[in-house]
Amino acid sequence: MNRLVGMFWGLLFLAVPVLGVATFAVAPSINVWLPKDVSAHGYQIDSLFYFILGLTGIVFIATEVLLFWFIWKYDAARGDHKAVYIHGSQTFELVWTIIPAATLLFLAIYQMNAWANVKMRRPDIPPTVEVVGRQFEWRLRYPGRDGMLGTADDIHLVNDLHLPVDEEVLVQLKSMDVLHSFFLPNLRIKQDAVPGMKIPVWFQATETGAFDIVCAELCGWGHYKMKGRVTFVSRPEFDRWLERKYAEQEATQPSIHAGGEIVAN
Amino acid sequence: MSTVTTPVSITHGHTPAAKHTLSTFLSTYVFSKDHKVIGLQFLFSTLLWFLIGGLLALAVRWQVAWPWSDVPVVGKLFAQQGGQMSPEFYTMLFTMHATVMIFLVIIPILAGAFGNFLIPLMIGADDMAFPTLNMLSYWFMWPAFFAFGASFFVEGGAASSGWTSYPPLSTNVASAPGSGWGQTLWLLGLTFVGVSSMLGSVNYMTTIILMRAPGMTMFRLPMTIWAMFITAILQAFALPVLTAAGFMQLADRMFATGFFTPENNIVNNAVAGPGGGQPLLWQHLFWFYSHPAVYIMILPAMGMVSDILTCFARKPLFGYRPMVYSIAGIAGLGFIVWGHHMFMSGMNPALGITFMVSTMMIALPSAVKTFNWLGTVWGGRVQFTTSMLFALSFVSMFIIGGLSGIFMAATPVDIFIHDTYFIVAHFHYVLFAGTAMGVWAAIYFWFPKMFGRMMNESWGKAHFFLTFLFLNGTFFTMHILGAVGFPRRLADAYHYETFHHLQPMNAFMTYCAMGMVASQIIFAVNFFWSMFYGPVAGRNPWHANGLEWTAPSPPGHGNFDVQPVVYRGPYEYSVPGIESDHLMQTDPPNAIAAAAAAVH
Repeated sequence: MNRLVGMFWGLLFLAVPVLGVATFAVAPSINVWLPKDVSAHGYQIDSLFYFILGLTGIVFIATEVLLFWFIWKYDAARGDHKAVYIHGSQTFELVWTIIPAATLLFLAIYQMNAWANVKMRRPDIPPTVEVVGRQFEWRLRYPGRDGMLGTADDIHLVNDLHLPVDEEVLVQLKSMDVLHSFFLPNLRIKQDAVPGMKIPVWFQATETGAFDIVCAELCGWGHYKMKGRVTFVSRPEFDRWLERKYAEQEATQPSIHAGGEIVAN
Repeated sequence: MSTVTTPVSITHGHTPAAKHTLSTFLSTYVFSKDHKVIGLQFLFSTLLWFLIGGLLALAVRWQVAWPWSDVPVVGKLFAQQGGQMSPEFYTMLFTMHATVMIFLVIIPILAGAFGNFLIPLMIGADDMAFPTLNMLSYWFMWPAFFAFGASFFVEGGAASSGWTSYPPLSTNVASAPGSGWGQTLWLLGLTFVGVSSMLGSVNYMTTIILMRAPGMTMFRLPMTIWAMFITAILQAFALPVLTAAGFMQLADRMFATGFFTPENNIVNNAVAGPGGGQPLLWQHLFWFYSHPAVYIMILPAMGMVSDILTCFARKPLFGYRPMVYSIAGIAGLGFIVWGHHMFMSGMNPALGITFMVSTMMIALPSAVKTFNWLGTVWGGRVQFTTSMLFALSFVSMFIIGGLSGIFMAATPVDIFIHDTYFIVAHFHYVLFAGTAMGVWAAIYFWFPKMFGRMMNESWGKAHFFLTFLFLNGTFFTMHILGAVGFPRRLADAYHYETFHHLQPMNAFMTYCAMGMVASQIIFAVNFFWSMFYGPVAGRNPWHANGLEWTAPSPPGHGNFDVQPVVYRGPYEYSVPGIESDHLMQTDPPNAIAAAAAAVH
């Protein structure tokens, strides 16, 4: 009877690695997994994610199964054995210090390049658009015909970001009021927008289509609805779209420039 | 066998007071300077806040699973628009859930309740070094209780800028409804919690250094005490930074200073403050405390679990010194990893690399600890008490929480999963599945010492089984939600194309969360019933080795009827050559020799 109780608890602990692995195995097939990546750099992030998933998965299974095995095998109800009288082992300590240390150090060095690519090696191109977070919308400003930001012919839009596909674009990220975070799940891009700072964000889309812009840093009660869309189109189509937006703006409300002045600097 | 180790019938240290006047009642149970009473005061207070924090979590889960639907039972109480919660209310809920759980539950239950109760008993002292300071450390919690509690009822509601309180959202009154009085009360509450922690930590350090029983060298201390000692050091060194930052934020709000507000900051169409400040400064100061604080929230649980595992595996702790060094390593490295909360913050990305390396390396001492716990169970004689089950689950769950941390430490991966449910999964595995399970292990383990009675084991196991099941149902699924990029702190994410299909999974998690909260009814009933009607516990019901088990249950004022003298470390279980499977720290060597001779 006691042995059955011990087996029951042992199996409960075995369920942790079994169901844990099962959850991750099933997740992609029910579409609860990494969203489609349409960026040029995203594979570096995704492959690192899978690499760490594999590595931690092995450690997870090994340690959880060992834990199960020890409580299964050394159940007090299995006869009248006495516990092993041992205070430790220097060999074991060395092994399980050096191997994880080396692995973690390798992991740290291995990923530096991907991080530098996405966040540090800023391309030497002018910003295609300025994105300004504001409770609770994304204000966009494109350079007008003079190709420069901060001039009278800037094109002002809200939430509807268009960008050319297949070329590197630089976004100048700012915030007018509180912290926001410019999160493009499908492009593996996330960067906080900080009032008082101009932060460059760069990426290259590899597919046309429309994707979500999510605010990922709490910005107040309307944080959940601070939603934008980014649409990637071909370069000629992008140029036509920008021209059309410019014409629309000139025709309807040239006074929008006044509102734009606040953001300019 | 010495007579001390055999369980003797309960002997109350204090004689039943003949005249229960109001003043003796007050000095015994309310303004007591006895570390045990203070510990229990902390325990009851924090368990009450645990309930409040849990209910706040349920309300959060309700909104995430079924946004804008009528909240059952309590909906009519807080909403004017008829039963649904507003997004303002939702932001307040998760802010206060985290605030309550971190500052009013986890930190004070570990250091305040168990630190107070266990430190003098486990080192063989009759009380803390500074009993008055100790009493004050509890009573400074009450202004905090009032500040946090009252903030729910002020105009605009409680703080709603997240428990991290990032400016300008938190500093600018115009930026959020909860950034009015609610935020001011939040900062005041935080300051009082800080004062309480500081008084406690000074006391713990002094007591552990100066008041150990004869023979109790530092390397004969149980892991619980080592963990409490190093936690106290962490508190003492990190906390002043948070207190200073809190005052700066208070000044920004009350006296229009501009520590955290930049030039031309326009909130809600109004220029805010004089400017010239930097929002990132707050994040640096806040995390300089709050990252060490996450270790303050787990190290004592690690220590207690180490003691419980050895007792119910009837085996010495595997690698005592490596365990001590790894706690020290975690504490040391804990001071240089705060920037990993700020990888996406706009901090110089080159600095991110430095913090990434130090963060990767802090996983090492945690790994060493895990392997040593496995080594402790290996070759043991495992007894499945409720306490042991919770301790084993601490190890099992901490593995998950530790490994998922590596994903966030990897800066490129963090770009995608930062501020998603992946991080929510990670810290709930560490703090709920880790620390809270460790706390339950400790409650079931030391309850007999606290109240002189045993808790019911069958109900304890039912409590464990259901909690274990539901917690994994709630939190494990958060990992894969995080893999989709599902952002935290959103009142309704389903209008996004990327996330619209995730509602059923969130509903499943909310059902599990309800089950988890409901399972705690079993615990509450068992706890209070056993306090009065549980079977009487002897001095040492678990046949453990520590000094606390030589004292009466519950110990009277002054703790020990005989001054304990320590002859060995706390983990001498299953020593070969003697009949008993444990040797208490106080068993004199000549008595053991006599007992061994009797066996042969």
